[in-house]
Amino acid sequence: MMRKALLTMTMLFPLFWGTGGYADDVPVIAAASDLSYVLVKVSDRFARETGKQLRLSFGSSGNLKRLVEQGAPFEIFMSADEDYVFQLADRGLTIDRGQVYGLGRLVLFAPEGSVLANSPNLEMMPELMVTGEVRKFAIANPRHAPYGRAAREALMNVNLWEKIENSLVFGENAGQAALFAVSGSTQGAIIPHSLALNPSISAKGSFRLIDDTLHSPLRQRMVLLKHAGATARQFYDYLQTVAIRKMMHNYGFTAPGEM
Amino acid sequence: MEWNALELSLDLAFWTCAILLPLAVLLGRALAWNRFRGKALVEALVAVPLVLPPTVLGYYLLLSFGKTSPLGRFYEALTGHGLVFTFDGLLVASIIFNLPFAVQPMQRAFEAVPMNVREAAWCSGLSHWLTFWRIELPLAWTGILSALVLTFAHTLGEFGVVLMVGGNIPSETRTLSIAIYDRVQMFDYGSAGVMSALLLVLSVIAITFVYVLGNRRRHRHA
Repeated sequence: MMRKALLTMTMLFPLFWGTGGYADDVPVIAAASDLSYVLVKVSDRFARETGKQLRLSFGSSGNLKRLVEQGAPFEIFMSADEDYVFQLADRGLTIDRGQVYGLGRLVLFAPEGSVLANSPNLEMMPELMVTGEVRKFAIANPRHAPYGRAAREALMNVNLWEKIENSLVFGENAGQAALFAVSGSTQGAIIPHSLALNPSISAKGSFRLIDDTLHSPLRQRMVLLKHAGATARQFYDYLQTVAIRKMMHNYGFTAPGEM
Repeated sequence: MEWNALELSLDLAFWTCAILLPLAVLLGRALAWNRFRGKALVEALVAVPLVLPPTVLGYYLLLSFGKTSPLGRFYEALTGHGLVFTFDGLLVASIIFNLPFAVQPMQRAFEAVPMNVREAAWCSGLSHWLTFWRIELPLAWTGILSALVLTFAHTLGEFGVVLMVGGNIPSETRTLSIAIYDRVQMFDYGSAGVMSALLLVLSVIAITFVYVLGNRRRHRHA
């Protein structure tokens, strides 16, 4: 019986071995989670036009930067905050100092049925906080997510931070903050405009742009990392074409020229 | 559905079992029949991944896999690349994390083999090796198989450590459980649902199998 089990395992062995992995040049792109909607579309389009595949890995920019420092095999890093790109460049981990690909905007998102749903705006919030109608509010973790930091700045600038601090829940990245609100677990959230335009999110509530003078600009910068191969370089150039810039604009990023 | 994530998870589970099988048989058998100084400490070390937060293990592995650590340097000299963010790194993490799942059921199984049966075998002139192969294994195999199935299922479900030392890299370290997390955060509930259902079914089958084996063993001893 034992021997039979062993035999089965040895027979399964070639099945599992050596089938995984990519032999060809299929670069991994590390991208801030506010890109999770648009970048999938862009990479599909890239694949259609060039026949070349990409692998996408999303996370908070701070975490992705840490992964690059620890030697993760990424070839392009698309950060929601240009400082992370500069820090990597200073350590010699990038090819150059990169390119700004857009300016991120914040929105106040309110799920269906929330007290904020009819007219989500920051000015109304203090009242709702006092009456206890906004119990939980989500932002991305300000410690390593640029959108979380911008959200904190905006909340501080309208003198809401101290009032709301105890009701805040922090998402691992901007995507998770959005998830908390979309599921109705929080009465509202501050999330990237680019995520709010994702139909799976916009169908679940309403949102309004937050005045971008309330926070320091979210200058989104991308950079080719040291080990970037031919496909990664081609995609990097592709991202800077007029067609793709226009597409990024339609999905919630102000184009660098309009800054 | 991300097929390469499923394949990666199955790969990882298979190799974890393959490497742990001989290790755990030796260790479980030694712990079952020997009394020695510090045995309790060894048993505790084997069991500790059960209660340790995955982040603690992840943190230490990240440190010990790094390019500045002796292990990291040794591995890099050997293979030309680091252990973090690679399948091999995940495998090392998985072996450590599954130690209690593999060793404990095997130890229980060997403990259940009566001493006088082994003694009878020796008196009949069987060598230690033959006693192991002909007497002990046939009596303990249900426990060993249970341990392997548990280890396999538990590897499929591993999340925290994989996220910390793996880095969510498609077809290298993005296992099924990480892929689900990823899809949920991308609001792709369709794929997340399919993959979650698959893991649920696999886990229920595996655990049912373990109980069937367990009941069989109790029956025989009754």
